[in-house]
Amino acid sequence: MNEVPSRANVVVIGAGIVGNCLVGHLARLGWRDMVLIDKGPLPNPGGSTGHASNFIFPTDHNKEMAVLTLESQRQYEEMGVNTTCGGIEVARTEARMEELRRRMTSAKAWGIEAKLLSPREVKEEVPFINEDIILGGFYTPSVSVVDSLRAGTIMREQAQEKEVLEVFANTEVLDLEVEPSPFKRPRIKAVVTDRGRIEADVVVIACGVWSPRIATMAGATIPLTPAVHQMADVGPIEILQKTGNEIAYPIVRDMDTFMYERQSAGSMEVGSYAHRPIFHRPDEIPSNAESALSPTELPLTQQDFDPQLEDALDLMGDILETAEIRYAINGLLSLTPDAMPVLGETVEIANLWSAAAVWIKEGPAIAQMVAEWMTYGYPHVCDPHGSDIARLYPHERTEHHIRARCGEHFNKTYGIVHPREQWATERGMNRSPFYPRQEALKAEFYDARGWERPQWYGVNKDLVVCYELETRPHEWDNRWWSSIISAEHLHMRDKVGMVDLSAFQIFDVQGPGVVDYIEKMTVNKCDRPVGSSIYTPVLTEGGGFRSDLTVLRLGDFHYRIVTGAFDGGRDEYWFRKNLPEDGSVQFSNMTSAICTLGVWGPNAQAMVSKLTDVDLSQQHFRYGKVKDVLIAGIPTTMFRVSYVGESGWEIYTSMQHGLQRWDALWEAGQQFDVRPVGMGVYGTTGRMEKGYLLMGAELESEYTPVEAGLARKGVKKADFIGKEAYLKARDEQPVAKICALTMDDHTDGTGVKRFPCGGNEPILTLDGDRIVDGKGRVSRVTSAGIGPSLGKFILFSYLPPKYAVAGTKLKVMYMNALFSVTVAGSTTLFDPENQRMKS
Amino acid sequence: MRILICIKRVPAPGAKIPLSDDGQEIDTTYLGFTTSPHEECAVEEAVRIVEKVGGETTVLTLGPPAAEEQLRYAVSVRANKAAHVVTDTTDWGPERTASALTQAIRSMEAKEGPFDMVFFGNESADSAGYQVGIRVATAMGRPIVNGIKEIEVGEGSVTARRQVDGGFEEYELNLPLMLGIKEGINLPRYPTMKGRLASRKLAVTPFETTAKCGGLSKIELFQPKEQTSNTVVLGHGPEAAAKVVDVLVDLGVM
Amino acid sequence: MSVVLVMVEHDRGALVPGALEALTFGRHLACDLGLSLHGVTIGSSADALAKQLGHYGAEVIHQAHHEILCDYGPQAWGETVAQLARSIEAAVIITTGTDSGNEVIANAAARMDLPMVANCTKLLPRQGLWELVRLRWGGSLLERASLDAPVKILTLAPNRFEATLEPGAGKTESFVPTLDPCLAQTVVRRRVVESKGISLASAPVVVSGGRGVKSAAGFAPLEELADLLGGAVGCSRVATNNGWRPHSDQVGQTGTRIAPQIYIACGISGAIQHWVGAMGAKHILAINTDPEANMVHKADYAIIGDLHEIIPAIVDAVRTAQN
Repeated sequence: MNEVPSRANVVVIGAGIVGNCLVGHLARLGWRDMVLIDKGPLPNPGGSTGHASNFIFPTDHNKEMAVLTLESQRQYEEMGVNTTCGGIEVARTEARMEELRRRMTSAKAWGIEAKLLSPREVKEEVPFINEDIILGGFYTPSVSVVDSLRAGTIMREQAQEKEVLEVFANTEVLDLEVEPSPFKRPRIKAVVTDRGRIEADVVVIACGVWSPRIATMAGATIPLTPAVHQMADVGPIEILQKTGNEIAYPIVRDMDTFMYERQSAGSMEVGSYAHRPIFHRPDEIPSNAESALSPTELPLTQQDFDPQLEDALDLMGDILETAEIRYAINGLLSLTPDAMPVLGETVEIANLWSAAAVWIKEGPAIAQMVAEWMTYGYPHVCDPHGSDIARLYPHERTEHHIRARCGEHFNKTYGIVHPREQWATERGMNRSPFYPRQEALKAEFYDARGWERPQWYGVNKDLVVCYELETRPHEWDNRWWSSIISAEHLHMRDKVGMVDLSAFQIFDVQGPGVVDYIEKMTVNKCDRPVGSSIYTPVLTEGGGFRSDLTVLRLGDFHYRIVTGAFDGGRDEYWFRKNLPEDGSVQFSNMTSAICTLGVWGPNAQAMVSKLTDVDLSQQHFRYGKVKDVLIAGIPTTMFRVSYVGESGWEIYTSMQHGLQRWDALWEAGQQFDVRPVGMGVYGTTGRMEKGYLLMGAELESEYTPVEAGLARKGVKKADFIGKEAYLKARDEQPVAKICALTMDDHTDGTGVKRFPCGGNEPILTLDGDRIVDGKGRVSRVTSAGIGPSLGKFILFSYLPPKYAVAGTKLKVMYMNALFSVTVAGSTTLFDPENQRMKS
Repeated sequence: MRILICIKRVPAPGAKIPLSDDGQEIDTTYLGFTTSPHEECAVEEAVRIVEKVGGETTVLTLGPPAAEEQLRYAVSVRANKAAHVVTDTTDWGPERTASALTQAIRSMEAKEGPFDMVFFGNESADSAGYQVGIRVATAMGRPIVNGIKEIEVGEGSVTARRQVDGGFEEYELNLPLMLGIKEGINLPRYPTMKGRLASRKLAVTPFETTAKCGGLSKIELFQPKEQTSNTVVLGHGPEAAAKVVDVLVDLGVM
Repeated sequence: MSVVLVMVEHDRGALVPGALEALTFGRHLACDLGLSLHGVTIGSSADALAKQLGHYGAEVIHQAHHEILCDYGPQAWGETVAQLARSIEAAVIITTGTDSGNEVIANAAARMDLPMVANCTKLLPRQGLWELVRLRWGGSLLERASLDAPVKILTLAPNRFEATLEPGAGKTESFVPTLDPCLAQTVVRRRVVESKGISLASAPVVVSGGRGVKSAAGFAPLEELADLLGGAVGCSRVATNNGWRPHSDQVGQTGTRIAPQIYIACGISGAIQHWVGAMGAKHILAINTDPEANMVHKADYAIIGDLHEIIPAIVDAVRTAQN
């Protein structure tokens, strides 16, 4: 056996689609001295790539996945391993037809040619289908089948030809060595294999279903589970044999039965996501030698597949009935708790990267994304926040959680998933101290990465009548929504509301080096007097948004960072990673020590004043300031600010005082008609009326503060991450600007009023054409919601300058129908002078 | 023609057979199960004979409740009926197995008349005792020959051929008879989707048995020492051809 | 109960491989147990073997004669062994673990209503209960077992034992069993010789192909090489299942077990089922693109590369050398 080199720049573990494409992309980006190892033989080491169905349906509602899939398809095509065959998603139910209309909308957004077919038109494309049981189909001519093993070989060999890569198959990783660091995370040091030890600067785990097992060797976590996807190859089938092709007929996805039928030369591959979720453990998967087929091609559990055979016969009985089942497996693939990949540097170990839970359809582009991330500090191909491994909190990294959530979403692989859909499992993990009161007030709880947050309160139902609010006529638009949200909004603007903000992620940074440190991390100047607050973008090196958050200066050497529940993991990772090596700044996560309550509305000042001697008037407690205040005997930190455009405070207290503070404020508020107000107002209606932008929606690494309208007049002297790019962006004419648009008419062609959900609906010209800016970014709805005080429905979208003019008439596509919209110009439609907040 | 085929459920292992920690059995956590290959061919042969001359095929297995999977598989490839001597999950020795099968066959024959032919596999893939069929035939006073790779059905008699080094031995047997079938007699068909669904509806006739353990008892299973040699790599690609000649000369085969 | 009886397996008068090894094994066992070694040959075609068997330590050679024993017949042979064993009060009955050896002895055991153990690799005779090791899965797994029987009946795993000389009395005795005429049914009626040239089981060179050969046509150069070397072509299960080769060419657990001087395995990864059939080869040359293939690890010699380039080059080299 050949010995491995004793040193390498990068060791990539795993030679599936991801590992192979990764070394190819890294080679292109100039990396040298790379080693690729795999436990199995080449070209098929026995992982999930080896048995993948290899087809690509490009349309995805999720932008990140759509971009990565389209880019991957382009790369497969470039490699000459992409065979276009077309694909049809068929509907057996009316609900599915509605979903297909939604898919038409997403296809339009990403520029994918697609059309809806009648059952007869489906039959013309797929003559052996039983058109009697379907209502229609969503046809995508560009659906393709790829040769993923060949693609992997090509990418690997490209790196070898550049003489920057050594490849070792049949090489098992025995251990990962790490090196401790006094003030920071441990860092990866070496990979120990059965052919020797390799010291490496960077190690990437691209081991698919084995990734968690390898990560554990270093003390890191890669949260995924191996799960079964059943498939069978049935044949021979004459009509398919006659084509003489690997694939000649479109692939059919029988969406309502969670199955697909894909021609594979003379036979049909029938796959299913309909069976019960079947999970395995990464450290129990058999070795290559112990497997009858391969480690990830386990024996079919026939009883799980039998019902699917019947469904397949219903749809294609003519050809399938007499076809022989020649190969059938429980194929293993990787599932994560939220069904997105797990990419990026691991949070536990520096320079140890994860590139896992990736499907064939997105493999090459994800490899490119990770390669760029490693090279430039953040990807260029698209914003990775949905795939960033750091997004997952500790409780989301446990087998318990992974199995519960994957068990819930496995059967939704082909499901109809609402953009606002809530999880049923693993609820109640994180509750604020106010939870019992909220339950009593009939809170409708939504999950925010473990936190239970009231979206609205059932007790406020009376306000709906009071404000004469209507419900939405279409069930889909009404789903996971309530007109109580609008009622709470209006009441808050009229009186006062209490909002639970305990899911805020709070990090304290302290120490002699803290000013330099915080300035390095943020765009806006943070070296301001104690008691100041700074809202600031956090940028990537490329000048795009990595985050946006609020920094409070609590002391000369003490800052508090406040960020959202959906971003806490990624932000904590980033702030910890950039801590100075010398230990001059200490980082502590205070989230579970502090609970937060927002009190806002015209009566807020009067209400809180009842409980304190401190003068809360604007003259003495100005907007944006932070003060320690005793409220009903409870020490609190009050921060005068608002995300909903009203006068009031975020009030921080130690967790143990939380319930007492709620009760005190609640009691004091009774005479002012205080109401509990949910996140529906805070996150959507209030925010959107004020034009406040949201990380992960409007704010992404693909856009700059200039484009988002968040560039301030001056630029601070101190250096900060992304400054160079930021200065450049300020000098350039932006090719897109964030805009608010309002819907002119909600009525669709069938006379039903529709209300977009804010799921990437494309903004179109009056001719119905896509709008693409000078950097190739499409104009699409990033947030959507009612502005109850405006009486208008608001959409946010980036638009090229020529459209970003108030009064411009455009269209939005929703559920495959076009609606007229008008550009409102500035995003702040309600109280643009901010008089209410500062009064 | 009424044909009975006795089949055995066995694991389908890869290149290395994993064992349970106590060495009592194969660790089948990640293994599928199949019909022992000789018997899979026996089922196919019986089905082909019946397709040609008419009649009925019955599959009989002795094994744990899960062995029903193999009966259903046989029916999915066109066997007609199935019977099951249900045992515990332990591996039964050849004497006890033969005795239990004999009981079941006698009871089936008492009800529905004799089987013209009973097929066994030459030996099972896992325990390979080479004797169950012979014991059953001896107990029932029927002729039996093993290693059969060709069958021709005549009037009241059968010509069976067995492969030996350099050719075939031919036997002529009168019905009723029993045969030990060897893989290679045919290439078994795969189940069709329709066949698979039909097999789900199959009613399996259960049998109980009073058969006693024989004199051979398993103590434990273990892996043989792995045989790896110090491989001499003669070279890479066609350039190594000359060295092959040297080796062949050295070994005296040239 | 003072005799170890070895059924000396033969094919129409010619000893089968392993027969003398079984006799040798029986001799050692008889010596250990303080018993005497008897051999039995069935049918008059084997009478001429008696002298040779004497050289391997048999004290008595029983020569079974009966008109039904004119050719191989597993039931008649089994009945004969059973009757002889009873009459000489054999304590142990042994033969070779070939298909026919196992078949005859299983018939004998069934007729005597005694246990029978196929393919033993090791025996630990004890008072009453014997402990032994036998093959399962064609040898990819071993079983330690105990045998509790008044007469121990077993066969020996092939290619595990050696034959050594040791003069014995070699006294011949004729034995005429009483055989039911209906046993004639299972006696070979006719033999069909297939003039396929050299048989796989006895070929001195076997050139074998697996998945790496990729097609039926891909076997042409393998056939050419086998012809040049006076050998036979074999294949793995993949080749049979894909219809590239007939099943009779299959080397493996359910195919043929081979024992050539050299086994040339081309594009065969070496799955256990295949290895079980090939492990009797004296030497192995593996040709494979994957230097880590199981077969390469187990081979004495290996060439790494594409068999479609390598085999024609070997054919040329052999041809040149032969000329």
